[in-house]
Amino acid sequence: MPTPLIQISHLEKSFTTNKSWFGQWQIDRGKIRRKKDSVHALNGVNLTINQGETLCVVGETGCGKSTLARVLMGLTPASSGEVHYQDQRIDHLNDRQRMLFRRRMQMVFQNPYASLNPRMTVYQTLSEPISFHNPQLSASQVDEKIHALLESVGISPSSMDNYPNEFSGGQRQRISLARALSVEPDFIIADEPLSALDVSVQAQVLNLMMDKQEERNLTYLFITHDLAVVEHFATRVAVMYLGRVCELASTSTLFSAPKHPYTKALLSAIPRLDNNTTQPIRLMGEVPTQMDKPIGCVFQARCPYANPRCYKESPEMIRQPDNSTVACHAVDEGRL
Amino acid sequence: MNLLSVSNLHVNFHLKGQDLAALIDVSFTLNRGERIAIVGESGAGKSILGFSIVNLVDKPGYIKSGSIKLQNKEITTMSLPQLQEVRGKRIAMIFQDPMMTLNPVLTIGVQLVEAIRSHTRISFKDAKNIAIEKLHSVQIASPEKRFNQYPHELSGGMRQRVIIATVLLLNPDIIIADEPTTALDVTIQAEIIQLLLDICRNNSMALLLISHDLGVVSRVAERTIVMYAGRVVEEGPTLEIINDPQHPYTQGLLNALPQMALPGQRLNQIQGSMPPLNERPSGCAFHPRCPYATDQCRQQQPSFIHSGVSTVACFMVEDMINDAHLDDDEESR
Repeated sequence: MPTPLIQISHLEKSFTTNKSWFGQWQIDRGKIRRKKDSVHALNGVNLTINQGETLCVVGETGCGKSTLARVLMGLTPASSGEVHYQDQRIDHLNDRQRMLFRRRMQMVFQNPYASLNPRMTVYQTLSEPISFHNPQLSASQVDEKIHALLESVGISPSSMDNYPNEFSGGQRQRISLARALSVEPDFIIADEPLSALDVSVQAQVLNLMMDKQEERNLTYLFITHDLAVVEHFATRVAVMYLGRVCELASTSTLFSAPKHPYTKALLSAIPRLDNNTTQPIRLMGEVPTQMDKPIGCVFQARCPYANPRCYKESPEMIRQPDNSTVACHAVDEGRL
Repeated sequence: MNLLSVSNLHVNFHLKGQDLAALIDVSFTLNRGERIAIVGESGAGKSILGFSIVNLVDKPGYIKSGSIKLQNKEITTMSLPQLQEVRGKRIAMIFQDPMMTLNPVLTIGVQLVEAIRSHTRISFKDAKNIAIEKLHSVQIASPEKRFNQYPHELSGGMRQRVIIATVLLLNPDIIIADEPTTALDVTIQAEIIQLLLDICRNNSMALLLISHDLGVVSRVAERTIVMYAGRVVEEGPTLEIINDPQHPYTQGLLNALPQMALPGQRLNQIQGSMPPLNERPSGCAFHPRCPYATDQCRQQQPSFIHSGVSTVACFMVEDMINDAHLDDDEESR
């Protein structure tokens, strides 16, 4: 039985789109009313991340995968819901507590050109978190640590006084990973770490991440839209659509027997080298933005199997015989 | 008759007092209605090749030598008015980021009409009708409404469709698409690729697809050109390149794909990275990263040889073919 590391329950996050307080007042049928427009990025996400696994979150742009990462890291506060790290509730920590807590979880960002401070050398970038979280270390011990760290991610320690612009994209992403590893966390969130990189460099970074996981028994939350990477790298996959998890399954189950109509469409759209003949399932339209809280299933507007029940009732995550969980009325009723 | 033929093209960049070669001896031909893909890592010169075909290489870059012929008309020596006639009307380009291509302060309609009216003398009303018809043909719902909207009101996939509509306005012979789907989601990517394919097939337009996604390439292109450090290293039918790559670089690119390794196993990475312009190694530029490199590779540049239906520039492949010939000769003796 895998031990859960992080438990997310009923997590919601909405962003108000009104810019100013004045903009919120509207005249409605002769009366002045206050109206807040908001985008619902997360609509009740329930997830468990187990120790030592790689949970991949996939979905199209705007489905809330990056918001999930940011809320977990505490970079934006959640609107409601709870996040537990082992026994500790972490979604309402204050700044000081959170700063100390970051020793346990770290993040690698999408764009290595933007996530490294261009005015700090590699040494400065890495020494800051190390000396903050380990104030007892002497300068020479910090030096030693940085040496070992850079070597372990395949960057020559002789270049540690260089600035980020002197490195290539792949090298920068390695430095980002080194920065995340510098405080020896248990859990790393990687938000599309490969999408800015070439295929061959992607392979280098992915290999490095897998090596580190083996070495340090890391847990990854890996956010991506590249399903080929997911198939290779993930232990379990969560498919998200409009702020909800619609299918959660182990990688082999998901790729061999996808159940949710959205997962099926997503998988059929991967451009593959071998099967040139299969036509992707066409989804009508694109991901809508969530201005109103959805009534019924979030996928109803693009789903070819939607029936009246889907427009009224929001489907729950139901466990299937093969241990995957799917939120779909059609699957539940056996129509699919 | 070839529609477009590029021969011995050299493009250089004048940087910091050095003359650096970005494209070295690139030659290929494109026939009417043919779809060719150009693949390679960042820095291989794929985009520069796309730009130089419409003579858009800007300072400090310049076309050093070689010729680009569009139906026997030389593009490299054309004057600006002649070039403007070619750009858009004969050869159209689609870029990676649709938001950067569209003007954010003009409506979609104004931009489409402007494109038509700058090439043909017709009234605004007629131009609008053509524009709406083309928006319809790229499967944009309610084109009349979209006509008056600004680019930021559309989603990424929709914007790329608008770009494709702009390209179609003047019925060009060649579309150059520079990573048209890199900024899009998989589902949208599949739709855009299908749309591009349909358009090229129905109007017998030729497509030059610049991409690093071999999955996309295998769906679209009939022929593939693999580039490394400014040179073409392998060229052949796409299926042949994907199923039986000859050049170690092509092999490396394909092996690095996650679907080529068993789940959970290490991926086969290519060691090192693409050398920058000012550090191009001698001999075959791929030798520092090549697992099969010999002294010959370090000193000499391999020439193109035919291997089956592909052409490859690699000494190892050359030796293998020579050995095979020797064996054949011995057997016949």
